[in-house]
Amino acid sequence: MKEFEKGKMVPVPSHSIIPERDIGKTPVLECVHLGIEFGGLKAVDDFNFTIGKTEIAGLIGPNGAGKTTVFNLLTKVYNPTHGTIMLDGDDITQKTTVQVSKMGVARTFQNIRLFSDLSVEDNVRVGLHNQVKYTPFAGVLRLPSFWKKEKEFHERAMDLLSIFDMQDMAATKAGSLPYGAQRRLEIVRALATNPKLLLLDEPAAGMNPNETGELMENIVKIRDTFQIAVLLIEHDMKLVMGICEGICVLNFGRIIAKGTAEQIQSNPEVIKAYLGNSKEG
Amino acid sequence: MKLLRNLDKSSRRNYFSYVLVTAAFLIVTFMNQGGMLNKKMQGLLVPVCCYIVMALSLNLTVGIMGELSLGHAGFMSLGAFTGVVVSQSLMGVIPNEPLRLLIAILCGAAVAAVGGFLIGLPVLRLRGDYLAIVTLAFGEIIMDIINCLIVGHDEKGVHIIFNFKGDKSIADLNLLEGGTAIIKGAQGAVGTKSISTFTGGFILILITLFIIINFVRSRTGRAVLAIRDNRIAAESVGVDVMKYKMIAFVISTTLAGAAGALYGLNFTGITAAKFNFNTSILVLVFVVLGGLGNLLGSIIAATVLYILPEALRQFADYRMLIYAVVLILVMLATNNPKVKNLFAKIIPVRRKGKGD
Ligand SMILES: Nc1ncnc2c1ncn2[C@@H]1O[C@H](COP(=O)(O)OP(=O)(O)OP(=O)(O)O)[C@@H](O)[C@H]1O
Ligand SMILES: [Mg+2]
Repeated sequence: MKEFEKGKMVPVPSHSIIPERDIGKTPVLECVHLGIEFGGLKAVDDFNFTIGKTEIAGLIGPNGAGKTTVFNLLTKVYNPTHGTIMLDGDDITQKTTVQVSKMGVARTFQNIRLFSDLSVEDNVRVGLHNQVKYTPFAGVLRLPSFWKKEKEFHERAMDLLSIFDMQDMAATKAGSLPYGAQRRLEIVRALATNPKLLLLDEPAAGMNPNETGELMENIVKIRDTFQIAVLLIEHDMKLVMGICEGICVLNFGRIIAKGTAEQIQSNPEVIKAYLGNSKEG
Repeated sequence: MKLLRNLDKSSRRNYFSYVLVTAAFLIVTFMNQGGMLNKKMQGLLVPVCCYIVMALSLNLTVGIMGELSLGHAGFMSLGAFTGVVVSQSLMGVIPNEPLRLLIAILCGAAVAAVGGFLIGLPVLRLRGDYLAIVTLAFGEIIMDIINCLIVGHDEKGVHIIFNFKGDKSIADLNLLEGGTAIIKGAQGAVGTKSISTFTGGFILILITLFIIINFVRSRTGRAVLAIRDNRIAAESVGVDVMKYKMIAFVISTTLAGAAGALYGLNFTGITAAKFNFNTSILVLVFVVLGGLGNLLGSIIAATVLYILPEALRQFADYRMLIYAVVLILVMLATNNPKVKNLFAKIIPVRRKGKGD
């Protein structure tokens, strides 16, 4: 890999997989030579990837390929050791997790991370934290702004829950939801932050085929209603091939292929490294 | 009634706390006026109020924020000695005692708030056991510093010197004629005009309850609960962990300062040693036994466990035995998952990796 100089933009090799409608607009995400090493192990190396404003993109690859690590880099849980991350034209390489969230990156987790002691509605309200605001002072003294904004919290939380028809569960403790519902709640909570880019880490894991089918429809619906980009990690090839417009295949931390579903499915290297021994493939 | 049924369990318990505290206050006041309380019991009224406020405020840090603090008495001590100095030096200017008590409590709370902020800056970055150790050290350091403090007051105002080398005394303040000593180093506060009242304590408990209950059920409180539940997820939705921990911690220390001021002004003299590690642990015991995050539990535990040793004095030798049995019974009664979580926190366990 060529040494990358900070601040100097390097042209991204292939834009070809960005859907036509997003071409000519600033990509929502642009990773350039992104990489991280853990004590010599290059968990992600020379990751160059671009996502259009309303694209649904997929990140696939065998276990331990570095997919989750890419998400952790994009959300600044980890600091990259190489490269740049551009979000809608802004360099976010040096930002914190909280700043990145405020700038429009939301995510779910492979191992569900809900606020399990809080109610379903409160989970979404925490997601709305930076969308609806009043001071701690107004909260303690129950000033008019508290009542007004709490009403807004409630209405917006219910609206968001209605995406997955979860309004009835609003008062349930998040930790006691069934597995599939927990995964959906994580998506709702992420959407509550009003993101430009939604990162989903194995959203269909543990779901039955019916639930997965519904999830596929809902991901497309979310993209259409909110006009946002979605990047998802998934082992379920039916889901990935069904809804992803651009797919990126990782193996041992490196991109081995990029392209549309057909291109990926017929790529011999991908078949050898991943699809060949995958259950669904 | 319908309204009451619509509320969830925790808000019902919260409203019950207000009712219970008010009822207890009225009953005790009537009993007192009817001459049914002996001198000893009368003397316990204000301290009980102080310890209830201490337990409630520590519950905010330990139960609601989920961080173990072992130095809560240090903040009480900041409030106590600030309150004493303020009240003693304002005696001539503000003869009205309730007003002076109010001002002293506000000043005590303010100093403890600043103390909480300064301690919070380094400490809240730490996790689990480290936070406990640093707060413990803070409590001891504050005690040592106040042990070196010599404060007096005369026409020209308040004079303060620190007796770090052990060679200074109240004479070194060079007070003018008619000046008085307020704090005499290791002897502590002396000759304090006691102005705390049971009513003052009752009002402080109500205010504390009001602040904590409303705080928890607001945007800020939700953020704190979210951080406790899952810090990584909270950050991922844009909740600034340090900021919200700081807000909760400062509210907690502020209330401890207020309790301290009320406590310090209840006695004619008090030493810094009163607010040592044992006191911090005592308050922590109230919180843990009352239930983490359970405000009503904190009130009951603080009341029972503070009065019990005194009430048992007549049983002389068996006193500590009965006390221990009661402790065990309460512990069994409140042996809920949250208490277990706290123990899991004290005994370090390997935590899961980041962000998967
Ligand atoms: N904090 C870390 N320290 C050291 N190594 C790490 C760390 N995080 C990830 N790794 C390593 O990076 C590699 C990629 O891990 P990652 O979790 O990104 O894989 P993945 O593609 O998400 O796999 P899976 O499909 O199993 O979720 C693994 O070898 C892992 O051990
Ligand atoms: Mg993963």
